[in-house]
Amino acid sequence: MGGEKLGWKDLEIGAVVTEPGSASAYKTGDWRSERPVRENEKCIKCGICYIYCPEACIHEDEEGYFESDLYYCKGCGICAHECPRDVIKMVEEVEE
Amino acid sequence: MTKGKIVGLEGSFAVAEAVRMANADVISAYPITPQTHIVERLAEMVADGELDAEFICVESEHSAMSACVGASAAGARVFTCSAGQGLELMHEVLYIPSSMRLPVVAVVANRALSAPLSVWCDHSDAMAIRDIGWIQMFAENNQQAFDLTVCAYRVAEDKEVLFPAMVHLDGFYLSHVIEDMVMPDEEEVVGFIPEYEHPFVLDPDRPVSMGCYGPPFIYSETKKAQEVAFENTKSKILETWKEFGDVFGRHYSPVEKYRMEDARIALLTMGSSGETAMLAVEELREEGKDVGLISLRLWRPFPFKEFRDAVKDVELLVVLDRAISSGMGGPVCSEVKSALYDKRKDLNIVGFIGGLGGRDIPVKGFKYMVNRALEKVKAIERGEEIETEMIGIRE
Ligand code: SF4
Ligand code: SF4
Repeated sequence: MGGEKLGWKDLEIGAVVTEPGSASAYKTGDWRSERPVRENEKCIKCGICYIYCPEACIHEDEEGYFESDLYYCKGCGICAHECPRDVIKMVEEVEE
Repeated sequence: MTKGKIVGLEGSFAVAEAVRMANADVISAYPITPQTHIVERLAEMVADGELDAEFICVESEHSAMSACVGASAAGARVFTCSAGQGLELMHEVLYIPSSMRLPVVAVVANRALSAPLSVWCDHSDAMAIRDIGWIQMFAENNQQAFDLTVCAYRVAEDKEVLFPAMVHLDGFYLSHVIEDMVMPDEEEVVGFIPEYEHPFVLDPDRPVSMGCYGPPFIYSETKKAQEVAFENTKSKILETWKEFGDVFGRHYSPVEKYRMEDARIALLTMGSSGETAMLAVEELREEGKDVGLISLRLWRPFPFKEFRDAVKDVELLVVLDRAISSGMGGPVCSEVKSALYDKRKDLNIVGFIGGLGGRDIPVKGFKYMVNRALEKVKAIERGEEIETEMIGIRE
């Protein structure tokens, strides 16, 4: 991830970030303790999970189903909570 | 050599005039006694077309400072003013321009904090914000309130500074008092404050992110950078005051001295009470006591070197605090003690708290402090603990 090696002299005035879109360098997936797991047979492709995800990390695939980018999914469970068909279960992450 | 024209002006109007001459682009403030005359006068100037600025009316001081932060981030020259509870309501947002390095200029008409409700002067509001990373200067009279406001723009916006700056003038004692002062020529003030350009502004053609999230891996580095830069502001403040003196003939220094050449006892004050203390110094001198006066013009960054130099030959330092650091005594006294720790073991420092919530300290109050401090020195020599005394309190 960007920034971890920066020393204080490397920072711009006021810690301004000059590279647009650099927030994507920060992988919020590191925060996750539970991951969303889908049973797509029940999915009606309504896109509610996609709309509600606060990380905007849910993408539509070629068949119209939705999936979470686990580099950014922080495991909040909002998608699972909002899904009208109970497609998504939050499953605890286990250390390998 | 002092150029300009002598006018009689209330402190608030003097500040408004400085902001007008500085040609502020955006003003946002919420009225609060004893600051209201400043913002009223500025609103009038904008309404009458005397000042071409955007005046943003807001519902609170929290919003006023937020509006200033946004405008400053867009590259505008901004101004706000507040006092007492208003400054406290701003408190949270005050951290933003100092850490984002936005040169917001603010004037505070010092006021006590509730409860009980008091609109009158003390320095509780100024002391409550002393750790935030704003440059803080204290004016002793209306001339200084004007001059320091002009200097605040030049210092804050300097490319090597880029920190917010605050000028403190004592509520009512200065904000509402008409004094004569020298009003310099507008062109000279305009010439003294150069056009301002921040290296990073909100600009769609050159996008930047300001005030980003700072996880543990970077937060400390941002604070280190901020602190080093803040300490470096002092040389620019000195340079600006020097150049101000060259142009306008009035000279400022971080630690002002009065009759200190041969003084063994020094009184230390901040703000408007310095002029009363000068009279006390004169009377004490007539009584044969070698007393002088030190006024802290610059409070943040704290002028360690100049302060230590000012007291180098002093044996007794008598500090007046117009605020309480509850459970600790007086904030100014605590800080000067820490500034001298390990440097001056031979110096006795005696602190008093007074002038709270608009209680006047007359000449005899300062004389009392000096005489009482001399008694306390004897107690210190006997090995007794001395406590911070609140003066002028009825039993
Ligand atoms: S758990 Fe939260 S972050 Fe992850 S995909 Fe669902 S809504 Fe998005
Ligand atoms: S909210 Fe549930 S049903 Fe709707 S698209 Fe997402 S997973 Fe499918």
